[in-house]
Amino acid sequence: MIEISNLIKQYGDIHAVNGISFTVEDGEVLGFLGPNGAGKSTTMNILTGFIPYTSGEIRVNGHEIMEEPEAVKKMIGYLPEIPPLYMDMTVKEYLKFAAELKKIAKKDIPGQVAMAMDMLKITDHSHRLIRNLSKGYKQRVGFAQALLGNPEVLVLDEPTVGLDPNQILEIRKIIKKLGQKHTIILSTHIMQEVSAVCDRVVIINKGRIVAIDTPDNLSRHLSGTGSLSITVSGPEKSIIACIRAVEGVRSVRVGADRGENGKVYEVVSDGELDVRKSVSLALGKAGYPVTEMKATDKTLEQIFHELTTGGNK
Amino acid sequence: MKAVFKREFRAYFQSPIAYVAIGAFFFVASLLYVIGNLLIGDGDFVNILSNLTFALIVITPILTMRIMSDDRKNGTEVLLVTSPTTTMEVVLGKYLAALCVFLIMVGTSTIFPMITSIYGSPSFAAIFSCYVGFILLGASYLAIGVFASSLTENQIVSALVTLVFIIFMFVIDALVAVIGGWFGTALSWLSLLSRFDPFSLSVLSLTSIFYYITFVAVFLFITMVSMDRRRWKSN
Repeated sequence: MIEISNLIKQYGDIHAVNGISFTVEDGEVLGFLGPNGAGKSTTMNILTGFIPYTSGEIRVNGHEIMEEPEAVKKMIGYLPEIPPLYMDMTVKEYLKFAAELKKIAKKDIPGQVAMAMDMLKITDHSHRLIRNLSKGYKQRVGFAQALLGNPEVLVLDEPTVGLDPNQILEIRKIIKKLGQKHTIILSTHIMQEVSAVCDRVVIINKGRIVAIDTPDNLSRHLSGTGSLSITVSGPEKSIIACIRAVEGVRSVRVGADRGENGKVYEVVSDGELDVRKSVSLALGKAGYPVTEMKATDKTLEQIFHELTTGGNK
Repeated sequence: MKAVFKREFRAYFQSPIAYVAIGAFFFVASLLYVIGNLLIGDGDFVNILSNLTFALIVITPILTMRIMSDDRKNGTEVLLVTSPTTTMEVVLGKYLAALCVFLIMVGTSTIFPMITSIYGSPSFAAIFSCYVGFILLGASYLAIGVFASSLTENQIVSALVTLVFIIFMFVIDALVAVIGGWFGTALSWLSLLSRFDPFSLSVLSLTSIFYYITFVAVFLFITMVSMDRRRWKSN
């Protein structure tokens, strides 16, 4: 279990991380979301003991990172944003070196290296110089490094950035598989990644947490509004007036033209009220037939955008 | 520590650095030997070895310029720092790797007194004493180089800082003589070369040996502090 409480990192007057607190349960896959410069990498660097915090507390299974750095470092495997690779080594040499650095018992090293290479499917490349590998394979070698010693916690900083779509899917599959046995914190700004692999999401902006929830809950409740997409045929102005008159409707916007079926109207309503029935009744009474109606949950992208730009319109 | 040492030592021989340093040193040594011993029929190798200390001005920065700075530049520092290996082990491992390459380099020059011994009987005791001093002096320069390399991620800057530092060591005794007073005395504590003199006079001075070892320890210690402090300050 990872407990982060009131974490602050200051560079001069700038607060890179400003009072972050959250807990990650054992076996959970936590997505760490935020725009560039929000403090994701800084938080991860602090959690893994690379840089110290200004104040706060981080406990991994009860051990505080600044008080017992070696104990905590042993429990964490870290893949930084730029994989920390030595270009002049072969894949196998590098992994062996990393295993020795992690103080894995000598007799376990060959097994651990083989396991990590197998997991990331790089066994065939074990004798190649890292310098000569493609970006995707370099990323895998960095990932394999993080797995050495079977650490309970994996911290992955943007593990799929810069990879091609097939590689992204494959890395996600690996993360999902690892999530069954490890506690994982991964940062990203790709929304599908969050819905694809994460149990819970922390969104941070400007060093502060703006939301913590499951991906589903976030898209359902967070914005406090519901939205509908209705296709109605008839004169635009009177239809808008008719919808507006319904209680609970906040705004109406005209969307695409569907020809015979009419036009699409995007309706935003207050979250608690279900306006579907009253809107269709009102339109029917006025003599404008509804040809299609669907509730549209906000996508994670929209929520992310709203939360991190401060807008809630 | 062993892991870091092994990696660094291998890296020296996977890049041209070790070969260039050893080759350059051997070339200068043989030049001095031919001119200073062979051609004039002199068997005094101690004199040659003392003069070879000048070669260290250039060779030490070459050996140490990338040793710490490369990890910062390539982002591999993260791996070293976030593993359970301590900063002390990292610094010591790297220093010992540089020292080993240095010892191999110095070792190549032992062929010259052996050649001389075919024709005459050089004083091996004097030569041994001078080698001890030479190695301790070089070990101190390497410690300066490792420290300089921890200050920057640029190899050239690292090499230049080391170079300036070592050149300063060469003028320090002259400065001490000119300045005098308490500042002169304080400055003389830094004088590496004056501690070398007893060795070239065939004296295995314990004070000097202790001085050099302390000097290395102090510089390696401030290297660790500098590495840790930098992470405190910036990202």
